[in-house]
Amino acid sequence: MKFINVLATAVLGAGIAVSAAAQTVGVSWSNFQEERWKTDEAAIKGALEAAGASYISTDAQSSASKQLSDIESLIAQGADALIVLAQDSQAIGPAIQAAADEGIPVVGYDRLIEDSRAFYLTFDNIEVGRMQARAVFDAMPKGNYVMIKGSATDPNADFLRGGQQEILQAAIDAGDVKIVGEAYTDGWLPANAQRNMEQILTAQDNKVDAVVASNDGTAGGVVAALTAQGMDGIPVSGQDGDHAALNRVAKGTQTVSVWKDARELGKAAGEIAVALAGGAKLADVKGSSAWTSPGGTALQALFLAPLPVTKDNLTDVVDAGWIATDKLCQGVSNGPAPCN
Amino acid sequence: MTAATDTDGLPPTRRSLIQTLELDTRLLGMIGAFLVLCIVFDIVTDGRFLTPRNVFNLTIQTVSVAIMATGMVFIIVCRHIDLSVGALLATCSASMAMIQTDILPSALGLGLGHPSIWIITILAGLIVGALIGAFHGWLVGYLTIPAFIVTLGGLLIWRNVGWYLTDGQTIGPLDETFRMLGGTNGTLGVQASWIVGLLAAGFAVFAIISGRRRKSAHGFAVKPVWAEALMIAVAVSAILGFVAILNAYEVPTRRLARMFEARGEVMPEGYTEGYGIPISVLVLIVVAIGMTVIARNTRFGRYIFATGGNPDAAELSGINTRMLTVKIFALMGALCALSAVVASARLANHGNDIGTLDELRVIAAAVIGGTALSGGVGTIYGAILGALVMQSLQSGMAMVGVDAPLQNIVVGTVLVAAVLIDIIYRRRARDTS
Repeated sequence: MKFINVLATAVLGAGIAVSAAAQTVGVSWSNFQEERWKTDEAAIKGALEAAGASYISTDAQSSASKQLSDIESLIAQGADALIVLAQDSQAIGPAIQAAADEGIPVVGYDRLIEDSRAFYLTFDNIEVGRMQARAVFDAMPKGNYVMIKGSATDPNADFLRGGQQEILQAAIDAGDVKIVGEAYTDGWLPANAQRNMEQILTAQDNKVDAVVASNDGTAGGVVAALTAQGMDGIPVSGQDGDHAALNRVAKGTQTVSVWKDARELGKAAGEIAVALAGGAKLADVKGSSAWTSPGGTALQALFLAPLPVTKDNLTDVVDAGWIATDKLCQGVSNGPAPCN
Repeated sequence: MTAATDTDGLPPTRRSLIQTLELDTRLLGMIGAFLVLCIVFDIVTDGRFLTPRNVFNLTIQTVSVAIMATGMVFIIVCRHIDLSVGALLATCSASMAMIQTDILPSALGLGLGHPSIWIITILAGLIVGALIGAFHGWLVGYLTIPAFIVTLGGLLIWRNVGWYLTDGQTIGPLDETFRMLGGTNGTLGVQASWIVGLLAAGFAVFAIISGRRRKSAHGFAVKPVWAEALMIAVAVSAILGFVAILNAYEVPTRRLARMFEARGEVMPEGYTEGYGIPISVLVLIVVAIGMTVIARNTRFGRYIFATGGNPDAAELSGINTRMLTVKIFALMGALCALSAVVASARLANHGNDIGTLDELRVIAAAVIGGTALSGGVGTIYGAILGALVMQSLQSGMAMVGVDAPLQNIVVGTVLVAAVLIDIIYRRRARDTS
């Protein structure tokens, strides 16, 4: 949490330094129907308000073609900077072109835009993987590991798996950790994760000591499979800070849920957009670095550090207003703070 | 009828201006509604809606749906429906993307950027579209499966054939020449646009005058000369005004600078250049003229309207309505392919979601444009105007910042209201005649 705050303040500093006249920031959402973006929007609005900039937005309703029209419309409305949650990382190209023609900076929000003229802002997914493996490894430094990965069609699934491997590699080489099962989860669906976990448990005769699951949904499936065998309580990782997962952390059936605070992401995006609209160069954004995408595009990017939520810092998510105490502690008695 | 009473030598009844000009009041109503819409949006957005830039954007954004809407007119006039146009567009776009980025350059060894790639690709796409369309038509016409069912199945099948062909991946960037058909990347420039505009204006004048000659040669009543002159003036100023607006939108300086850089030259100080007519809009205009000619001046077109008006009578009078069904669906398929060219060229990529929900936009455009689902009635220009109204509504509301759910609610309401107004209008027209 501290790290994020430091980052955010640094970015805010850059924002204040260059913003002068009232600016307009246009946000092109890819699909506002998904609930989570409301949180992001509020954070972006808040950051823009603080900087005295105004907010205009469009929703592409999951259509790459509509997003192109949307961005043309935002430019026509006089946006000084754009924040774009791209529906399609490649098909967004002509829109980025149009913005570049007008000299309007673009912040690629959460989803990669394969264009070196766009800034890339997201959470560090490899770091999420590292955090998951680290928390599980701390709880179980020796034994048989199962890796429940995300959807094979989502590049993030492999970023996560790469980060997990980095942490476990030394122990694997030393023979302390043995990966006895590994499976992709079709569509990130909990039911598929559960089925895969059941099959692995059967094949391994229940000789499994820890599970590195890539998100909270799959972790839910894993815990269900473990519970059926009376094995719940062994280390399991996850991410997203799902309310059910945080409740499992409080109960002790899940070790960690790595939380990407959408409000930090939105705030950073708003501040970066204002700074860029004020004439700052992409490379001037505090904390950003040059980064090459898997597709080979050189970009300027800022990766926010996520927060691993374990039984030791559950109070943080309550303090942040992410979850109410009674929801977090449902069915938990004498658990970790704040559930005691 | 007023014309009849005139020739009977009775005192001529006073004729209104609209009657004298022999204007289609439906069309006038639609243009009027469209203008009101534009002016309202322009006021609400502080004059941003009717800038050359936004007019340019609007025309480009309308093209893909408008091209398909012209074909949908024929389908609906024949009392059928095509729910598969968006999906068919996706399949055509997917096959064309693969042909131009993979098959032609690699398998056939033409190499990327070969000058003949775009034309081979488009021809192949048109063939794919026409074949699939003809197949739909065969199922409807010869096997007598209702078009609703055939194309509902088609909607599922072709969207997922497109997906299957590309593994759901975005394919691109597309061929450079091909991309010129997408809009911003391919415009005629100021000079050529004026030439096209003047040619079109000249053609309009010629059409009006020769139409008058033909009428009087056959002894029909003609409008007064001043009325014809007024029509000419309106047509010419509309065409040239449209060209002037598109020319007034200047290419952004950075884009120009990059173009000069690419040619290894330095951009002169203060150099500006207008966009002019986008090639995609020119394609739409050619399609519109072609389809109007088919509808009005060919046997095929007359058969379509005759069949739509009364299928049994048409069949009894010797029209091969089954083959006609195959033909109109094949035409629809080819137009879907043409739309796929424009849509994918605009995105510079083929995306898996291309054309999603286009079937609804296309049907809505045709219906708002006055095509009656009961068959027999419909115009090409109405459908294009309908597409333009829909796109203006959407883009205008996005500009005003209306929430996404409200935007769709408004579009849905307008669709139903437009049909209601149309029904009331027709009923009154029937009662008064």
